[in-house]
Amino acid sequence: MKLGYVFGEVGQGLKRNLSMVVSIVLVTFLSLSFVGTAALLQLQIGQMKNYWYDRAQVAVYLCSEFSPAEACPQGAASADVKSSIEAKLQDSTLSPYVDKFYFQDQDQALKQFQEEFKDNTITNYVTADQLNETFWVKLKNPTDGAIITQSFTGVAGVEEVRDQRSYLDQIFSILNAASLAAVGIASVMLFSAILLISTTIRQSAFSRRREIGIMRLVGASNFYIQLPFIIEGVVAAAIGSILAGGTVVAIVQFFVQGYLAQSLPFTNFVSLGTALSLVPIIFGIGVALAAIASIVSIKRYLRA
Amino acid sequence: MISIEKVSKTYKGASRAALDSVSIEIEKGDFVFLVGASGSGKSSLLRMMLREDVPSKGSIFVLGENLISIPARKVPYFRRNIGMVFQDFRLLPNKTVFQNVAFCLEVIGKSPAFVAEAVPSVLKLVGLEGKQDRYPNELSGGEQQRVALARAIVNKPQLLLADEPTGNLDPATSQEIVNLLERISAAGTTIVMATHDRGIVDRMQRRVVVLKDGQIVSDDRGVGYEKAEEAR
Repeated sequence: MKLGYVFGEVGQGLKRNLSMVVSIVLVTFLSLSFVGTAALLQLQIGQMKNYWYDRAQVAVYLCSEFSPAEACPQGAASADVKSSIEAKLQDSTLSPYVDKFYFQDQDQALKQFQEEFKDNTITNYVTADQLNETFWVKLKNPTDGAIITQSFTGVAGVEEVRDQRSYLDQIFSILNAASLAAVGIASVMLFSAILLISTTIRQSAFSRRREIGIMRLVGASNFYIQLPFIIEGVVAAAIGSILAGGTVVAIVQFFVQGYLAQSLPFTNFVSLGTALSLVPIIFGIGVALAAIASIVSIKRYLRA
Repeated sequence: MISIEKVSKTYKGASRAALDSVSIEIEKGDFVFLVGASGSGKSSLLRMMLREDVPSKGSIFVLGENLISIPARKVPYFRRNIGMVFQDFRLLPNKTVFQNVAFCLEVIGKSPAFVAEAVPSVLKLVGLEGKQDRYPNELSGGEQQRVALARAIVNKPQLLLADEPTGNLDPATSQEIVNLLERISAAGTTIVMATHDRGIVDRMQRRVVVLKDGQIVSDDRGVGYEKAEEAR
């Protein structure tokens, strides 16, 4: 096998079909960028889930003087109410699910509020007695929040039970939907990339039909005839894949680490290392799809 | 060398068979003319021998290969033992005479050293010395057919198939090409040539197989075109 011949043919084919080759590069570039972005989002969701689900607690808000009358007809929760809730959390029905719990009084709640809304003028207007006394319950398994919610909702002196996980689930489902949308767009574009590759290969083969005819006549092996076309498709897709890999790395380097991580310092974002580990996967997907599309289309062309 | 038995071929959508129960034996070193009108099945038969096509019925053995059952990946290696020339030459217009002949050696993996030696010697054999750097459009029809012939025999095939090789040439040039075929035959290559050319068939007095409507109507040795036609 003479490699010089093969690469000469590949070079000629790429030049002859330049506009088609450029469109293959662009379509694989864009589609694989979407694939990479979707993968980043999924990894980000995974990381955030681990981090936040670990910290998510169920809050049992007790009635305060400012609570709405329909939830708290008896007014502010009494000491009896607090001790009965404490007893209930410790008894044999609930304690298997509870990792730990603590009581937060109104002054502590104000301190936490002021901490959380440090730069917000709202802290000037909020006083301790407007806030709820709260039992914070940390569960052994964060998915068991419904057990606490059911046990305490409607109990006298309890204004509301809130599973923090339900807030997180909303955020995660939005992120999840975004990544699914990216995958959807990516698959449509990958499909068109495949069609584009097979059209280009067929066109390339057609423009070399005389040579192909002679090669078949004199007994060149099928592999030898097909190889330049397969390499042609793979090279074009490989360029697009490398660009897509670069884009994913750039997104993490400049947007996630450079911007998001600076503005949200306490969030654990995907790292550059993770992005770099995606590059070979993206490259592999691009090259494998192009190889399959090229092989199938040149084989079909030669059979016809 | 070639053993064809009761081969029939019906192409899709065609009302009648292109080949209808054709049987023929061709020995090593034979020089056989296939004659008959257009559409009589000459080209179909040649295509079968090259395994460009597979019969609908019957059996065909060429160079010891069963062409019905040969696996697709072995077909290229089978074809390396067969040369073929056509009426329309089928040269690559963007390659020189030398490159046209060299191409068919390169694509079957012959070494540059082999190519550098084999091509000039085969060009000398077909009488194209000094023209190796010309392009096909700078050559006469006869010269182009010599290039095609050089390409067909450069790999020293055991069998040479020729599909109306003189169809586009004037009588004098045709005779030169046939003389060349005769020399190739004398060197031991089996030749099967489909032709319309009565003059050539009459002069050569070789084995003549007459096809009509896909059937062999006569098969005689040492006769001319007319005789063969009359014999049926």
